[in-house]
Amino acid sequence: MKAICFVKSVPDTETRVKLAGDRLDKSEIKYILNPYDEFAVEEAVRKKEAGIVDEIVVVSMGPARAQEAIRSALAMGADRGVHIEDDSLDGSDAYATAKVLVEALKKEGGLDTFQLLMFGQRAIDGDTWTVPSMVAEMLGIPSVCNIVKLDIDGNKAVAVRMVEGGEEVFEVELPAVFAGRKGLNEPRYPSLPNIMKAKRKPINKYTLADLGIDAGTVGKAGSFTEVLKYELPPARQAGRKVEGEPEEVVEELIKFLKEEAKVL
Amino acid sequence: MVFVIAEQRDRELRKPAKEALSLGRKMADELGCSMEAVIIGEGIGSLADEIASYGADKVYVVDNPFLKYYHPMAYARVIGDLVKEKQPKVVLMGGTQTGRDLLPRVAARVGAGIAPDCTGYRIDGDNIVAIRPAISGKVIVEIGFKSPIKMISIRPNAFPIAEPDTSKKAEVENIPFEPTDAEKKMVMKEFNIKSTGRPELTEAEIIVSGGRGMKGPENFAMLEELADLLGAAVGASRAAVDAGWRPQSDQVGQTGKTVSPKLYIAVGISGAIQHLAGMSSSKYIVAINKDPDAPIFNVADFGIVGDLFKVVPVLIERIKKEKGQA
Repeated sequence: MKAICFVKSVPDTETRVKLAGDRLDKSEIKYILNPYDEFAVEEAVRKKEAGIVDEIVVVSMGPARAQEAIRSALAMGADRGVHIEDDSLDGSDAYATAKVLVEALKKEGGLDTFQLLMFGQRAIDGDTWTVPSMVAEMLGIPSVCNIVKLDIDGNKAVAVRMVEGGEEVFEVELPAVFAGRKGLNEPRYPSLPNIMKAKRKPINKYTLADLGIDAGTVGKAGSFTEVLKYELPPARQAGRKVEGEPEEVVEELIKFLKEEAKVL
Repeated sequence: MVFVIAEQRDRELRKPAKEALSLGRKMADELGCSMEAVIIGEGIGSLADEIASYGADKVYVVDNPFLKYYHPMAYARVIGDLVKEKQPKVVLMGGTQTGRDLLPRVAARVGAGIAPDCTGYRIDGDNIVAIRPAISGKVIVEIGFKSPIKMISIRPNAFPIAEPDTSKKAEVENIPFEPTDAEKKMVMKEFNIKSTGRPELTEAEIIVSGGRGMKGPENFAMLEELADLLGAAVGASRAAVDAGWRPQSDQVGQTGKTVSPKLYIAVGISGAIQHLAGMSSSKYIVAINKDPDAPIFNVADFGIVGDLFKVVPVLIERIKKEKGQA
């Protein structure tokens, strides 16, 4: 079977966010492959190494830098890439994004070709956790998101999803969407030879016209939501800092817990 | 109309569902409209009264053995079709793992905008602007909607629970359900509870969290004791999780959980930017660390510079005394 991994280029987790007015200042941001997508790609590569998957395609929608995210995934062991780039995509919300990814999947052969649709459980920039479920709903197929385990046997999969206070174990028929989280596997660091090899792996480039999508139905114009403004969260003030004998500092802490936090 | 998806587990309303219902009533009053709610599961009809006590004018009950556990496809179809028919202005749900999985499916089915994990909102004429953290809490964004139906999930602990009024009654409508062939391609085989007996991290009022400074898994016993005295959950930094001292489900931070408790006690946690992103929206932060320059002190309301192995045992004894247990 074939696997398709949907990935995103996102700001590095070390990023200190700066604003220019009420917009993000992107000038100093360093971009990386979304860390959660690494779990998805790693899992697909492991399934290939186990002889379950025979081809892994990596898809990313975004500006030119999305290519770097695709190359990172190719260096981990994916076979080829698909890059959807179009100026009209700027400002796409989750719904518009899901719609474009579904069309890219169809362009590459659809559900007759791909049985395993892999995502990271969330992208660390928007933090919406929405696109995997939306793609699954648009395709009318099962999805198991936030998974820590994926076993495939023939056209069936058993996936373990983490929820508050427990685990949900789902059995699903393929094709299906899976979204990985920490705990699914330990993503590999690509070796230098594999990084070099990845540079020669093919990446198909699609515009909206190639996918038969009307520019007015995606991007800022075609989205149901838009970011009106960005603000920095209220800065926390450093409070009191005490030092001394444990009995003394604890006494002050108890006073704080009683009088300010009011939890005692 | 404001439409609330009320989530239950084991035939009990979950805390985030109560938060969503309370907010739903408030929003409905502000918008001058009614509030209706849906509850899905098996043997859950009796919850309609409790939902009414939070101010729902009408409750839709979908009761079927196939729906005993969360089923992304079936839940989304039933709720999506209800939403399409009723055309509410707002659809609200608690941003639990279920909420954050289900609501996007419903939004995709209905064709509506979604703002997940919201911590605030404002009413702008007849429209609603949702306020939510992004980039793991490093920035706050305002989300405007262009779709007539607005889907919002709310971060657990971000909105208060109203006092239920049991004298309030709601009209109840039972919604019939039959699974489709496509839905039968997916089944939950097991639901494994891994209860620690402590509150869920994302829903807890108080969290006691430990990091690299704890030096080993065995030392978390004292944090657990402290947590139990306070009715708190136990969290951990990435360093403590990666070292294998604590399960991944305990991790707070950019690649773990984002929490907003009333009180967060960080013990032996230096405060890497990724950790701060996950807990900076806590109301009060207490830090105990031996390094006076640890960045955690920059966000702490109360910091103790000292050896946690000396401070925490004294704190435990002192709280026991406070609670009359010593």
